[in-house]
Amino acid sequence: MKRSLVALFFFASLIGAWQAVVAAGIYSPVLVPPPASVAEYILRALADGSLLHAASVTCQRLLLGYLIGCGLGLPLGLAAARSRSVSDTVGVLALGLQTLPSVCWVPLSLLWFGPNEGSMLFVVIMGTLWSVLIAVDSGVKNLPPIYTRAARTMGSTGLHTLVRVILPASLPYVVSGMKQGWAFAWRSLMAAEIYVTILGREGLGHLLHFGRELSAMDQVIGIMLVIVLIGLLADKLLFSPWETFLHRRWGTDRHD
Amino acid sequence: MNATEALQAIPPAKLVVRSVSKSFATRRGWLPALENVSLTVNEGEFVCLVGPSGCGKSTLLNLIAGLDTPDSGELASDGQPITGTGRERMVMFQEHALFPWLDVLGNVLFGLKLKPNLTDNDRREVARHYLHLVGLERFAHAAIHELSGGMKQRVALARALAPNPRVLLMDEPFAALDAMTREQLYDDLQSIWQKRRKTILFVTHNVRESVCLGDRVILFSPNPGRILREFPVDLPRPRDINSVELAALASEITRHLKSNSPMEPPASTHPTGSIAHPHAPRTR
Ligand SMILES: Nc1ncnc2c1ncn2[C@@H]1O[C@H](COP(=O)(O)OP(=O)(O)OP(=O)(O)O)[C@@H](O)[C@H]1O
Ligand SMILES: [Mg+2]
Repeated sequence: MKRSLVALFFFASLIGAWQAVVAAGIYSPVLVPPPASVAEYILRALADGSLLHAASVTCQRLLLGYLIGCGLGLPLGLAAARSRSVSDTVGVLALGLQTLPSVCWVPLSLLWFGPNEGSMLFVVIMGTLWSVLIAVDSGVKNLPPIYTRAARTMGSTGLHTLVRVILPASLPYVVSGMKQGWAFAWRSLMAAEIYVTILGREGLGHLLHFGRELSAMDQVIGIMLVIVLIGLLADKLLFSPWETFLHRRWGTDRHD
Repeated sequence: MNATEALQAIPPAKLVVRSVSKSFATRRGWLPALENVSLTVNEGEFVCLVGPSGCGKSTLLNLIAGLDTPDSGELASDGQPITGTGRERMVMFQEHALFPWLDVLGNVLFGLKLKPNLTDNDRREVARHYLHLVGLERFAHAAIHELSGGMKQRVALARALAPNPRVLLMDEPFAALDAMTREQLYDDLQSIWQKRRKTILFVTHNVRESVCLGDRVILFSPNPGRILREFPVDLPRPRDINSVELAALASEITRHLKSNSPMEPPASTHPTGSIAHPHAPRTR
């Protein structure tokens, strides 16, 4: 209760400060629109459906690419941790590509796939895949051997050990890798959407881009707020439950 | 008593360790952990291994568990060579080795779930039974990190007992417990052992503990790990760790241990006969 009051006070004063800057008239209202006109834009975009459409297009791309990225990264990470030759090949490749800011995939993706859904998906997958792969790999490699040894004495072998011991034991690493993958995917998708327009499939990045073209600062700020909100929501829905579980079971501190 | 009866009276050998040697590769070269160790444990016997830190007790237990393979020598369980782990030989590790992603009940259920021919209800019942036995029924849904060191060891004991193994390999299981809990567990362990006719190999630093629990106490010496001597313990059961006879035998064994252990300063005569050794850092 007290915490939410503190938070409420903080954000209210942030908006208050914004309003005060506008009222002081130092900056042109074209560059710094009042909070009310940003709210007005958001309501208008909600009413005409453009905002929901864009948000759903963006989230679809993100979720699909993210799932594919995790679906590839998880088994490849496991393989890299278990097999030396996979580690020396795919593992090294992943390590190298992970240092590449995922935004850098956008030009290549556009040239390869053209301005379509394929290129969007590719960018998201590249953002997700490598960090998930590396997190799973290092998580499994760093497991204390006592867990698998104890499991062996109780009759656990092969696939059972993998699914019931190795994966859950490396869960702290896996979750943080998936979280990082999500962040990378989200950033690179926004870059891709700002960069290129697919008619009929405008995402949030496109709306941001149009806002700039039209010098509509209320739209730019409004979309930015929506992007922040979606990021927060994803964190709460996708990762918070896992982190709570980890916190409860491992007794580790939550790093939010 | 005729000849066949006499033969039957000799219990069959449960575990056989013959001329086993094992060394580890370290940065400073090969470190012999066990050298030419031979040992026979009979069906239903309770054997304690005592020795200073680093004399290869855990190494021997791991070999018998089938977790490691010896450099030379043979190991057999029920006359069959030990080639890997087996559910009939359950281990209680020196570090509790509980799984942090499972709650207490989940940990005890882990081994049971791998046992065929049981319904899930049976499994839960068995798990709860053993949790009750170690006095942790109320903590069935606690997370492992919420338990004290002693409680963790008790969960590990319940986990090892639950699949009803024939052989229990216990590596200093009670070292982290307070005296009162420990004495309670001595009683519990003795009664489980007698009721269920288990074969137990029990590693400890505490000579009194070994005399209280074992039919035999086997003394190890370090560098490299060898069997130094063996003491039969012919005291009636159930034994009380505080009895005079037990203390007398314990101090005799302690004397042997000290005279043969260069790492032990002879001056420290601890009243409980426990040999406190700083755990030497392992080179992995
Ligand atoms: N995995 C390993 N790699 C290298 N050396 C090892 C390994 N395991 C054990 N050793 C070495 O083998 C020797 C025997 O170790 P072991 O753990 O069997 O001793 P212990 O008798 O159980 O000692 P403690 O009473 O302290 O548990 C030690 O010198 C140790 O450093
Ligand atoms: Mg040991």
